[in-house]
Amino acid sequence: MRTMTRRAMRGVGLLCAAALSLTACGSSDGDAGSSDKTVSGGDLRAALKEGGSITVWAWEPTLKQVVSDFEKEYPKVKVKLVNAGTGNDQYTALQNAVQAGSGVPDVAQVEYYAVGQFALGKSLEDLSRYGAGEFKADYSPGPWNAVAVDDAVYALPMDSGPMALFYNKKVLDKHQIAVPTTWDEYLEAARALHAADPKAYIANDTGDAGFTTSMIWQAGGTPFKNRDTDVTVDLTADKGVLAYTKVWQKLIDEKLLAPVTNWSDEWYKGLADGTIATLATGAWMPANFVSGVESASGDWRAAALPQWEKGGEVSSENGGSALAVMKDGKSKDLAYAFNEYANHSDGVQARLKGGAFPATTADLSSPSFLDTTFPYFGGQKANEIFARSASQVPEDWSYLPFQVYANSIFNDSVGKAYVSDTTLADGLKEWQKASVAYGNDQGFNVNK
Amino acid sequence: MTAVTPITTGRRPPAGGSRGRRVRRGRRGQVGWVFVGPFMAVFALVFLAPIIYSLYLSFFRDQLVGGTSFVGLDNFQRAFEDEQFWAAVGRVALFLVVQVPVMLGLALLVALALDSGRIYGKSFFRIAVFLPYAVPAVVATLMWGFIYGTRFGLVGNFNDAFGVSLPDPLSPSLVLASIGNIVTWEFIGYNMLIFYSALRVVPKSLYEAAEIDGAGQWRIITAVKIPAIRGALVIATIFSVIGSFQLFNEPSILQKLAPNAITTYFTPNFYTYTLSFSGRQQNYAATVSLVMGVVTMIIAYAVQLRGMRKEA
Repeated sequence: MRTMTRRAMRGVGLLCAAALSLTACGSSDGDAGSSDKTVSGGDLRAALKEGGSITVWAWEPTLKQVVSDFEKEYPKVKVKLVNAGTGNDQYTALQNAVQAGSGVPDVAQVEYYAVGQFALGKSLEDLSRYGAGEFKADYSPGPWNAVAVDDAVYALPMDSGPMALFYNKKVLDKHQIAVPTTWDEYLEAARALHAADPKAYIANDTGDAGFTTSMIWQAGGTPFKNRDTDVTVDLTADKGVLAYTKVWQKLIDEKLLAPVTNWSDEWYKGLADGTIATLATGAWMPANFVSGVESASGDWRAAALPQWEKGGEVSSENGGSALAVMKDGKSKDLAYAFNEYANHSDGVQARLKGGAFPATTADLSSPSFLDTTFPYFGGQKANEIFARSASQVPEDWSYLPFQVYANSIFNDSVGKAYVSDTTLADGLKEWQKASVAYGNDQGFNVNK
Repeated sequence: MTAVTPITTGRRPPAGGSRGRRVRRGRRGQVGWVFVGPFMAVFALVFLAPIIYSLYLSFFRDQLVGGTSFVGLDNFQRAFEDEQFWAAVGRVALFLVVQVPVMLGLALLVALALDSGRIYGKSFFRIAVFLPYAVPAVVATLMWGFIYGTRFGLVGNFNDAFGVSLPDPLSPSLVLASIGNIVTWEFIGYNMLIFYSALRVVPKSLYEAAEIDGAGQWRIITAVKIPAIRGALVIATIFSVIGSFQLFNEPSILQKLAPNAITTYFTPNFYTYTLSFSGRQQNYAATVSLVMGVVTMIIAYAVQLRGMRKEA
């Protein structure tokens, strides 16, 4: 009896320990050390001269070069670059640090879809007091709208992911399939390819929240709207949702999508051996092609994203992230100075050389950037396509203020459409229900 | 349990009389605390404190808008009405009812076979059956994940080689069975070892007596061996009950391979993990784990009572 109880208790204890490690022993309600006074460039230069040290949490590889350049330029400033995980892992750690009120980095990388959640949690410093509000024209509209809410600027865009269609030219040529320019043509191409080679698929998809929302975005949808704490979620009647489900449901029903999950081993294999023939994703993909799908070098090309309406010129964003200054960070002035260096001045060039895709309009239109040839894509000047895409992103899109969580439960509901009789529309409806419930539970007024 | 007062004086108690006896008894009690103290301190810190802290957490709610507030028993009410949570409990209960008997039955079979002394290479089989237990669960699951793959995995190779199409082990309808298979593979050896060691201490004279009485091997097994190791059977069952309710590693790793078959609330443990790590609902996660702890305790206790009653 004794053993048993203790065993069972240990079970509970372990769970609780997990909960314990997560939650903080105190919350940070007060605006400790934060002030609303504006900081001028002179103040920043003085801070840089005086020196100090800052911690940066980021997984973006090109920042390593930026840090060493920055330290060379301002020898008195020490920058500690920490990889605290990618995406969700990092957000979990960041959330914990903020709640614990200790160990908060000065600068953190935050993806565009997650900016809202952190800004709302009052974890991010409003950079407009450093004059960041004036940078609006310097960045592509998609990234800028993700970091700027009303007059506040919660982060500086670091890179962007204007979407393009990557396609395996060798495979399409072999089966004499033209590169689709609309999603209807894409469906036709999917049928033709799969009929010609039952092992080949036009694309892989097992349900990916980021991709689905990007598609809805491109189709002119605005399923998420928020004003302060009033949030609207409409995944049932939104025009973008309807356009997307109409085509995608057919791709699913006719089993034209490879049941392979992004970033899995099977996925890389499929991209390499031609069984996954196209990939619609962000412009940050080329670096991943080069490193992960080396053997298919020369097979792939980039093209404009297929359109929902024939002759349209609309694109979308997928992925991309910004650097934010944490409200609980210790040296906010230095943090901002680093952020600006990395994303609005000399650091940008260093990152571009490292293969990053810029969010700055000046670079997107600079001849040296546009003329870059990609040996991987058979010498194609792919940046021209990406840059055009960046200028065609609809501006009125916004994510949910709790998109991080909503995305994490996407496959619970929408995933069913890929493995059962549930339709995509029903799956999205269920996702909406779960998201609405979560939002209301978190104190928002969702669909009220 | 926290009031530990060690004795520091060496004063002799007054001798004789009922009063003195009472004092001495009190002293003896205190001496006991000195010896138990270190354990109790660790026990309180490591086992009780987290539970108490979880209980404390479960009375609050932390919102993105509005911050932390005291909500009384709201979280518990929500847990009792939470369809996802009870679906998860139902899933592990089904797992328990099907997988545990299969696993323990196989483990018992292997233990009896080893104990019978009639197979060659006994030590080889013993170590071979036990080996999976030595493989970390994460590695084992990854390995089975590759085996289950219908495109590039063993199942896929089998399909290609024989021109058949086996059902996908990672489809929503089969994934629980596939996980059961992994867990069975992992833990047969462990349970076998418990049974085998229990069988080793049964006096051989009992078997001889049974044989003289004319009992066959089957009769010896049912009438002598199994009753003799009932204690071990009960213990193994209880461990398995708890293990089933705490199912986490296997679904959490397979989710990467089968994101649409394994939901974020697939098992109670996995549900609490998602709630707290991506849903920042630590308070509700604490509530769910407490409820789950109580459910586990009730079931394990029921198994215990039933097992022991037969023994009496």
